[in-house]
Amino acid sequence: MAGLTTKVQEVFDEPGCDKNQGKSEKERKKGCTKQLQPGAAAGGCAFDGAKIALQPITDVAHLVHGPIACEGNSWDNRGAKSSGSRLYRTGFTTDINETDVVYGGEKRLFKAIKEILDKYDPPAVFVYQTCVTALIGDDIDALCKAASEKFGKPIIPVNAPGFVGSKNLGNKLAGEALLDHVIGTEEPEYTTPYDINIIGEYNLAGELWQVKPLLDELGVRILSCISGDARYHEVASSHRAKAAMMVCSKAMINIARKMDERYDIPFFEGSFYGISDMSDSLRQIAQLLVQKGAGPDLLERTENLIAREEARAWEMMAPYRERLAGKRVLLITGGVKSWSVVAALQEVGIEIVGTSVKKSTKEDKERIKELMGEDAHMFDDMTPREMYAMLKDARADIMLSGGRSQFIALKAKMPWLDINQERHHAYAGYDGMVALVREIDKALYNPVWEQARKPAPWEAAWQS
Amino acid sequence: MAVVSVLRKACAVNPLKMSQPIGGALAFMGLDNCMPVLHGSQGCTAFGLVLFVRHFREAIPLQTTAMNEVTTIMGGIDNIEQAILNIVKRAKPAIIGICSTGLTETKGDDVDGYLKLIRKKHPELDTLPIVYVSTPDYKDAFQDGWANAVTRIVQQLVEPAPKKIQNQVNILAGSHLSPGDIDEIREIVEDFGLSPIVLPDLSGSLDGHVPEDFSPTTLGGTKVDAVRSMGQSVVTLVLGEHMLSAAVEIGIKAEVPYTVFDRLLGLEANDRFIAFLSEVSGKPVPLKYRRQRSQLVDAMLDGHFFFGGKKIAIGAEPDLLWAISSLLAEMGCEIAVAVTTTLSPMLEKIPAKEVLVGDLEDMEMRAKGCDLLITHSHGRQMAERLAIPFLRMGLPIFDRLGAGHKLGVGYRGTRDLIFEIGNLFLANAHEAGPDTWAPLQEGGSGNGAQAAAH
Repeated sequence: MAGLTTKVQEVFDEPGCDKNQGKSEKERKKGCTKQLQPGAAAGGCAFDGAKIALQPITDVAHLVHGPIACEGNSWDNRGAKSSGSRLYRTGFTTDINETDVVYGGEKRLFKAIKEILDKYDPPAVFVYQTCVTALIGDDIDALCKAASEKFGKPIIPVNAPGFVGSKNLGNKLAGEALLDHVIGTEEPEYTTPYDINIIGEYNLAGELWQVKPLLDELGVRILSCISGDARYHEVASSHRAKAAMMVCSKAMINIARKMDERYDIPFFEGSFYGISDMSDSLRQIAQLLVQKGAGPDLLERTENLIAREEARAWEMMAPYRERLAGKRVLLITGGVKSWSVVAALQEVGIEIVGTSVKKSTKEDKERIKELMGEDAHMFDDMTPREMYAMLKDARADIMLSGGRSQFIALKAKMPWLDINQERHHAYAGYDGMVALVREIDKALYNPVWEQARKPAPWEAAWQS
Repeated sequence: MAVVSVLRKACAVNPLKMSQPIGGALAFMGLDNCMPVLHGSQGCTAFGLVLFVRHFREAIPLQTTAMNEVTTIMGGIDNIEQAILNIVKRAKPAIIGICSTGLTETKGDDVDGYLKLIRKKHPELDTLPIVYVSTPDYKDAFQDGWANAVTRIVQQLVEPAPKKIQNQVNILAGSHLSPGDIDEIREIVEDFGLSPIVLPDLSGSLDGHVPEDFSPTTLGGTKVDAVRSMGQSVVTLVLGEHMLSAAVEIGIKAEVPYTVFDRLLGLEANDRFIAFLSEVSGKPVPLKYRRQRSQLVDAMLDGHFFFGGKKIAIGAEPDLLWAISSLLAEMGCEIAVAVTTTLSPMLEKIPAKEVLVGDLEDMEMRAKGCDLLITHSHGRQMAERLAIPFLRMGLPIFDRLGAGHKLGVGYRGTRDLIFEIGNLFLANAHEAGPDTWAPLQEGGSGNGAQAAAH
């Protein structure tokens, strides 16, 4: 656990994070996660975060070392899509019992790794630590090392037990596991001056595939996406990329920064959500690649593609602009999605009447202020009751949030749209923005609202 | 008579099982104006919450004591105290239910002791019932967590009552019953002029209705006062073997006799139930149920052509496995594969050669050649790989609508389930072709045709 504590400290002390660097030495030691309030907390744990970040690697076995809760209650519940192997959707867990808790779970873990290799033969096994096995002192780092040597396959320890902190911390610890044990351990078959990494994109609902055809057209190769629709080999050889884009705000900044330091892969922070953000991202990819030696014609080709795609997207959205202008959205989501979605929605004339910034960084908040003006309604901690009241009083026309809060809107008989990781629609790139607008329109104009809001005839009679 | 075997493998693959604490938490959700709390790290709660949201498609009240590394080692008394105070302040519940987790059990938190100290310090909590149940993740399964929570609820709340109310009966509902099942059972019991207290009652809280106002706690469910008065009932109906210990507890506290109905699926099982209600109430069986019985018999006659000889693979918690496998065996099916999550006295009675305590990998390996798969939504990948018709039963069902209203009790529920399953067989019937009866070739084109027809 000493190793883990050091790691957590290290992850908190992130030179790539402006917010962190603005803190005093003492504040920095405390880390960047707020102290959770018992009885009033929501959200996942570090293990959840690590799993979200790595599970999209499709061809490896993801083995959860712990009691049944950690995997049994949650497996196959995320929307990351794969173009190849489906092994990542298989739930593996040591499902430790009382005897293991007393005598230690290492033997069972070792056997479990062997069983997986024998039955499924994956290129690697990722072993996730959990609270109980961390507490009883199972040393997964040492065990994975021994297992790698014994079986001749990479066995990767992911040391992010739930109780060390939040989902965001888990994202970063997952990044550390890749940096320590995976990235740079294999070589690509060939390289091109157009090789990039996309970091922090999980291919939820297949969003990477809304972007990839455009990159393909430009001749830009995604050497590795970390970790959406990724193969182990791609991640292991990602250190040969020429440039990188960091997608999910600060969640995996440690990977981007350390790959820049170690392998000279410059990166920028971008988003695929919203038309102008998408275009900016393509531009920056092209610029970084040209700086690193790609043919300068890439810049012009990129501009041409952007012009074509933007025009196409605006044309497709034109019929919706009139229908959506002035509609008021309540946006409840975390971190990166807030500002990138805000910008995207404003592009079609939708008004944002409030957004949650609970998980957003200071930078995110600045971006939102830039977009929404100084009087932006940012809620640090909006209670469900407040959201309900806001919708019930029709101070918003629709709520966009994660699945858990959907019923606040639906029970107020107000439209709701899922923009979280379990969502079924893909909203990235130009096509994704059109899809988002179409979904909002579908939700707002569905005829059910009219009937659902009408009281039963006998109640109406009683009222009048 | 089945042989029960517990598989000895180190790695569970594609878990069938879910953990005890969330089983306990769901039982608490069947109490009115309740806030269930998991005493563990916040992830324990988040996973349970997401799971129930996806199954019921309802807001789920579930809180956490938000333990971290340090508080775990120091002991969680402060976290429990803060959690209770915060919940009281924010949600004003009528009752709080606390389930332990693997984390706090490994540390060995003495929650009963903590609660005594907290109560001493906060006399303002005197009137608020707080029920604590020990539910370590690394032991037993969901159904056990549910049963243990209900046992603790009645232990703590039911009051002794020398005087009984003549038409009042208790119904202890197992975790295999949906909100829709509870509605049906209540209707049947009330039709005999009886007044039932159902515990836990998910039909009020998770049946998918649109309330008039927002509430952070459960909406509907068994009221605390109703639980207190369970001692005044004349009898306790135990629906599911795993509810037996709670019934015994009510018996000890208030001398209420009990009768076990290990399933309410199937003709004879319902005959027994209806006859019992008639006897307890002293009323003849209403015409409605005579008609429903007759309709069920007719459904069995119409359906048996398609059920006879069919091979079925089932993965379910013990009491659900018992109910559905018994019905299918009674319709002429062969229970070829039976996989479950935890040990139970029901397992050796399952009409199969063997019952495995295992996972969905075990089920998948044995299910090749079966005509139907029955398990919760996590069976979807297996069903796709094996290309075998798949009926979703149990919890979670996250990729179909209406999980909360799925009916699997009573004459009517049995009739409809027979139709639903029979239709799956009909839709996947093998039609004869010119080569159907041709002798098998080397390498088997006959086999191929059969596989494709599935």
